[in-house]
Amino acid sequence: MTTDELIIATCLKAGRIMVENGSEISRVDDTMMRIATNAGVPDANTYVTITGVMMSIQGRNATQIAAINKRTIDLEKVSQVNALSRQFAARQIDLPTLYRRLNLIDQAAHSFPLWLQLVGAALVSGPLMIMFRDETVNTWPTVVIGTLGYLVFYLLNRYLKIKFLSELVAALLIGLAAEWAYQVGWGTNINDIIIGGLMPLVPGVPLTNAVRDTLAGNFISGPARGVEAMLSAAALGFGIAVVITLF
Amino acid sequence: MGVLGQLILAYAAVLGFGLILNIPHQALNLAGWIGTLTWGAYLLIQAADGGVVLGSLVGSVGIGVLSSLAARYKKMPAIIFNIPSLVSFVPGSQAYQMVRNFALGQYRLAVEFTLQVIMITGAIALGFLLAELLNRLIAFCWQQVLLARQNHQD
Repeated sequence: MTTDELIIATCLKAGRIMVENGSEISRVDDTMMRIATNAGVPDANTYVTITGVMMSIQGRNATQIAAINKRTIDLEKVSQVNALSRQFAARQIDLPTLYRRLNLIDQAAHSFPLWLQLVGAALVSGPLMIMFRDETVNTWPTVVIGTLGYLVFYLLNRYLKIKFLSELVAALLIGLAAEWAYQVGWGTNINDIIIGGLMPLVPGVPLTNAVRDTLAGNFISGPARGVEAMLSAAALGFGIAVVITLF
Repeated sequence: MGVLGQLILAYAAVLGFGLILNIPHQALNLAGWIGTLTWGAYLLIQAADGGVVLGSLVGSVGIGVLSSLAARYKKMPAIIFNIPSLVSFVPGSQAYQMVRNFALGQYRLAVEFTLQVIMITGAIALGFLLAELLNRLIAFCWQQVLLARQNHQD
């Protein structure tokens, strides 16, 4: 690889990891330009959308595209790329090392294991239900159903790889489980259980990034993320609506 | 449910959402505190009969400013702090009532809840915009202070 190629490959890798794991676009743009500048090409052009990253170096025959086909949420990776870019700017690591480290980050698995994420889901569903509805009678059914719903979503998303379908099925199951808990007398209010149970599945990252990207003037990625958030919300809503109309 | 209980629950919820989003473990505690503080501000506004929309606005301004400060302090991206702390402000209850009433065919109620959801979401977005403005102002002032200090030393 020539130096130009390595610079572009490194920038694209950094950009791809950040977009794939839920960073906002302006930060990706900023990080790629910083890496390019610190590598000695201040006149680079980057074009970042949530489905692909492009970069060229002005005046030289060097342009590359990196397609982005999957998007997950792993904010730790965004933070790690950010930290690496800072180290590169401070001349603590050189370009080949940066590229190698980025590859390592790309291949790394989630740092929180599944059981800890399930604890997270339990912490989200129970407390938020109490905060929103001001009652504690339905706490345990909410915690259990919320955790179960997140587990179903996680497993389906892992094997089906269609996020909206997983959300739909998880919402259906949460609705049915809440109905069951109500029927057997474990819970007293089916609405509260469903509200709490759905909270871990809320599309927080697409929603926040839609607002941030649009405000930053990224009129391709902002609305696209808005559509992603709306589809997620619609999948959850449809799953619940089916259960409500059935009973 | 006392105020203290609400604040503890807000901390727990933000911590939980942080675990789901896999934020760096060094950031969990700080994100939790941002969530707790802003939920406290929300509760204060509720106590003064300010309404949910104003509460969400103030909460999201607080989240935006505090996250940016935390990001500068921890040298991490700001989204690591503001996405988890926002979870308590998501209009989940209203959104559910909206879907429920649409499904049951009670359109008047459904539209009412839809408007509430739109207003709360809009307030949060506006809050982020205001926070961005404040962040730029803080960054500018900080720069001026640094410059003044440098000139003083020279």
